[in-house]
Amino acid sequence: MRLLTPLISLLGLLLAWQLLVWISGVPVYILPGPVAVLSSLWNDGDLILEQAGITALEILFGILLGTFLGGGSALLLRYFRRMRRWLLPLLIASQAIPVFAIAPLLVLWLGYGMASKVAMATLIIYFPVTANFYDGLRRIPRAWLELAQTMATGRRWAIVRHVALPAALPALASGLRIATAIAPIGAVVGEWVGSSAGLGYLMLHANGRVQIDLMFAALSVLALLAVSLYFAVDAVLNRLLPWQAELTLHSEIS
Amino acid sequence: MGNGGTPTSSGFSVDTYADTARILHAFALKMKAMRNPRSSFSPDIPEKPSSPALAVRLRGVDWRYGDNLLFENVTLDLPGGGFTCLLGPSGVGKSTLLRLLAGLLPTTRATVTCSDGLPLTGRVAYMAQQDLLLPWLTVLDNVLLGNRLRGETPAVDKAHELLRRVGLADVTADRPAALSGGMRQRVALARTLMEDRPVVLMDEPFSGVDALTRLRLQTLAAVTLRQRTVLLVTHDPLEAVRLARQVLIMHGRPVRLQLFEQPLSESTPRDPGDPSVQSAYRELLRRLEDESCDC
Repeated sequence: MRLLTPLISLLGLLLAWQLLVWISGVPVYILPGPVAVLSSLWNDGDLILEQAGITALEILFGILLGTFLGGGSALLLRYFRRMRRWLLPLLIASQAIPVFAIAPLLVLWLGYGMASKVAMATLIIYFPVTANFYDGLRRIPRAWLELAQTMATGRRWAIVRHVALPAALPALASGLRIATAIAPIGAVVGEWVGSSAGLGYLMLHANGRVQIDLMFAALSVLALLAVSLYFAVDAVLNRLLPWQAELTLHSEIS
Repeated sequence: MGNGGTPTSSGFSVDTYADTARILHAFALKMKAMRNPRSSFSPDIPEKPSSPALAVRLRGVDWRYGDNLLFENVTLDLPGGGFTCLLGPSGVGKSTLLRLLAGLLPTTRATVTCSDGLPLTGRVAYMAQQDLLLPWLTVLDNVLLGNRLRGETPAVDKAHELLRRVGLADVTADRPAALSGGMRQRVALARTLMEDRPVVLMDEPFSGVDALTRLRLQTLAAVTLRQRTVLLVTHDPLEAVRLARQVLIMHGRPVRLQLFEQPLSESTPRDPGDPSVQSAYRELLRRLEDESCDC
């Protein structure tokens, strides 16, 4: 039932698209209808799937690396004052440089292979992960930390491990959700700038050869990939942090 | 003025509240009798502290907030064993004094001395108005938090025993969100007992629960914390006269601490229906109203 409504609106959109193509008589190399796209998806399925696998790997590695680096940076920022003084301005300034602008450089340095795309995805998610987790670490209820302090005076790292870290995990999780939503952008931009594989490469290639139906087919697979990745990560996070859902229901502590 | 039932200046009758409390107390006793002994939270064995009751003296407290001098050379004496109840208007600095004892405030010129000559640091358990249960831990793991923080082996059996004594044997595996406010505060009490510290600092621990639950929690706290030195900050005069060995009224700016002298029976918790408790309650309420006049 929950899937029914979006399914109906999707079908309606496809129908409108097909009608537009029929009525206007636009040639296939400008705007192919959904039927043409579906047939391209069927005919070139193997090729599209192979490229999708590469893009998916780039996205996943980007998310892993970005989460690791972002999480580490947030911890450094929060618990080492000197680090904060040096790193925080740098971090904010780095966000002023659009990732798209340095994409050619990354390709130049890391080559046409996967590495430059993973780097792009990592860069694009690094800031939201860091910012969210850092915020979570700063907003732990003070009373929790005070209670822990009366229980274990001076055991700072034990308090971080048993109280601060778990308390900030929901914030890290929302950073991760944002990361999952935007990581595909990084990977595909990387593929556009210079690559020999991946869905972005396939789309560019198909575009150049006026195989617009193939381009649309690759695009729809990319969209499907991004959406399913998001819901998968969301489901895993909810499974890992069950108390978060309970808290929003009984919002007694805030 | 002498007879009860006279509406006080704050607009509610002294006796009405005391009567309600008496009815509730009787009701609580009846409920206790009806429950089966295992799930009842009438702890029969008083908690034995590992060392004799510790008296604490806090001297020379100076505290400024901006241009306001809140405390000037304040002295607080906690006799060893029993509840010291601290009352006074909101914002007068009751919690500040308690947090100072808990070591949660940056250095002031105050000195803390204990009757055994050792420092107080690491020998207080703290219980706040909010239960401060960690939402990701089960009830049992919340009680074991102190063990984990200190890197000790979790004393699981002891935690189970304490949870049974506060009547929560059936919910040890639940998360706090599944419990009622009164149950959560009982978990917090079990966690406080688990710490097994000679001094217990309580900042309005029962103010967030309904009247009946509050009376039962008071009884539970009085029995389980017997022989410990307890500082209880409260807004409830009835709570003070039920539990206190000594009642202190805090008022003015800079703050003065006044001992409330009224004969009360030795054993706690006292029955709110007892005439001596009622007259002490009435007198304490009157004193609190007098103090709040100049604000």
